[in-house]
Amino acid sequence: MKLVTNYYIMKIGLFIPCYINAIYPNVGVASYKLLKSLGLDVDYPLDQTCCGQPMANGGFQKDSAKLAERMERLFEKYDYVVGPSASCVVFVKEHYPTLLHKEEHACISSRIFEICEFLHDVVKVEKLNARFPHKVSIHNSCHGERLLHLSSPSELVIPRYSKLKDLLSLVKDVEVFEPKRVDECCGFGGMFAVEEAATSVCMGQDKVHDHMSTGAEYITGADSSCLMHMEGIIRREKLPIKTIHVAEILSNGL
Amino acid sequence: MSSHAKAAKKFIADRERTAWHDQALYFVREKRDKMAHDVSEWEELREMASRMKRHTISNLAYYLDMFERNATANGIHVHWAKDAEEHNRIVYEIIQKHGGKNLVKSKSMLSEECGLTPYLKARGVDAVESDLGERIMQLMGMPPSHIVLPAIHVRREEVGKVFEKELHTEPGNSDPTYLTHAARAALREKFLHADIAMTGVNFAVASSGAFVVCTNEGNADMGTSFPKVHIAIMGLEKVIPDYGALSLYIRLLARSATGQPSTTYTSHYKKPVEGQEMHVVIVDNGRSDILACTEHVNMLKCIRCGSCINTCPVYRRTGGYSYSYFIPGPVGINLGMLKSPEKYSGNVSACSLCYSCSNVCPVKIDLAEQIYKWRQNLAPLHLAAPSKKFMEKGMKFVMEHPGLFYPAIKAGRIAEKMPRFVLYNSLDAWGIGRELPQFAEETFNAMWKKGKMK
Repeated sequence: MKLVTNYYIMKIGLFIPCYINAIYPNVGVASYKLLKSLGLDVDYPLDQTCCGQPMANGGFQKDSAKLAERMERLFEKYDYVVGPSASCVVFVKEHYPTLLHKEEHACISSRIFEICEFLHDVVKVEKLNARFPHKVSIHNSCHGERLLHLSSPSELVIPRYSKLKDLLSLVKDVEVFEPKRVDECCGFGGMFAVEEAATSVCMGQDKVHDHMSTGAEYITGADSSCLMHMEGIIRREKLPIKTIHVAEILSNGL
Repeated sequence: MSSHAKAAKKFIADRERTAWHDQALYFVREKRDKMAHDVSEWEELREMASRMKRHTISNLAYYLDMFERNATANGIHVHWAKDAEEHNRIVYEIIQKHGGKNLVKSKSMLSEECGLTPYLKARGVDAVESDLGERIMQLMGMPPSHIVLPAIHVRREEVGKVFEKELHTEPGNSDPTYLTHAARAALREKFLHADIAMTGVNFAVASSGAFVVCTNEGNADMGTSFPKVHIAIMGLEKVIPDYGALSLYIRLLARSATGQPSTTYTSHYKKPVEGQEMHVVIVDNGRSDILACTEHVNMLKCIRCGSCINTCPVYRRTGGYSYSYFIPGPVGINLGMLKSPEKYSGNVSACSLCYSCSNVCPVKIDLAEQIYKWRQNLAPLHLAAPSKKFMEKGMKFVMEHPGLFYPAIKAGRIAEKMPRFVLYNSLDAWGIGRELPQFAEETFNAMWKKGKMK
């Protein structure tokens, strides 16, 4: 399928992963508002459930096949599929060709984008009308960074970049920080969070404290799953920091 | 709970020690980053090193044969061992031939893999570790917890205590310089009275028949200087084509391992001194089976730098002994599974799939990707945890039926109103340190249906 390059006539299917649908619908709303504010044609195909990543990361990729077929059907008619979750998007991108027995270019994998990636690389936004007068610490999630290339991994000797930072620079009055260990894993990891609960919690506590030491009021990122895990720790320990999806900042006040 | 999860829980119970361990290893990772960033062509080097290894393991028989030919021409005795048992036997026969009793060895994970030291001890041969970290572990009666930094998990006060008992150092003195001097003095005696020297091999150069040993303490050189017999042991993947390849790996090894531009000593052994003997034992012990395993053949590229271990956020917080295989971290998870899935599948859970290991690896082994693949293979091997399987099947069923998914969220909303002691019980792994996420009053799906977004 050929990608539509004039973004005013392209049809976007909004991909809302299961846990965002159920727990963080506001992230979906923010994503919709954000895309709409740029004059884009956005639609939400009804009754989406899950992309299959939790099963696959736990070791049951084969069981994700039916979900992949469902996703493929739901988003068949859209030029682009855009979702506010780096981890889910990259799962669709990397594993759907295998699950669907199709070439990448012939299935949803070639048309799916994480919302920041989409705004940064496809729409190439230069202006946003958002304002967020707060200090935020960017959470460079592992799958967002090392698989989806939203920012430069600290291990690699390549020029530094961050698509989230670029986008946040368009928001008025926001102060952006990063933790000292700039891309250390927060310990969510899907089933890892319960299978290795002690380690997962320990990693999460360390990560939240690293974010806190920047003086930020919010931890923000492109993966609500990491944010959900850290939020669980913040609420349990009643820590003075909050989590917010980056789409909610980019659309704040629109 | 997996064997790793169980052991990890115990390790983490001591939060202060966990934080110390994590910081000590992260410091090494940071040193590695600094060194790597000073080499502008770093990523090209990694790519080249990876391809060179690919070429070598694709032509392994050719290069091993060349190494044997050239080493033999140099006067080195080359032996072949198909497994650990044959390796141990060959080593012992050489020692026996010379009536050896005291063997002094530099660091080798292969000897650990083969269980050589206890094997020799049972036959009356005393094998003394000469690497300081390894020596500390030997005196403590414990295996190394890391392949490059064997005693990284031991605090200096603990070293002081062991030395007090074993080397009669001053009670309560845990000054690192003092303890190092004490170890050196004690080791000096061992060096002087050794009759057999043993080293590992970092690289075996096929084109010259020489082998290279990298150490920071010069203990390999000291060890091989006195005895008349030198036995070097190597896994068969240690062979590289020539000195061009060596220059590449030498640039990557120490930078990746400890954040040094090179190890203090890079010792080349090419031929025995006249009147002395030099042996090389080339060990398979399952390695040639990996060659036939397309999904995991990349593991044979490994140069044992340990950088994947240092960067692993799970390893740093759980320590080397939490893994049931003798090599911890991402490399150990994979090598353990290649050795025996039945024995070592308990380590596969020790990964949050952060992919940092794949990024630091100097020979670009797809470590995390391979762990992902092992997870997919646990179910067909009947090694997946039943509770996990149950949870997964339930999730799959609900997700495949939107008619069940959305009502399930409603049910969840009611369930979360239950009292805390019901919600946060000991069976709930999420709740041990985290509050449960709260369902929203309305799903995005419902909002859209009601036309709230138009």
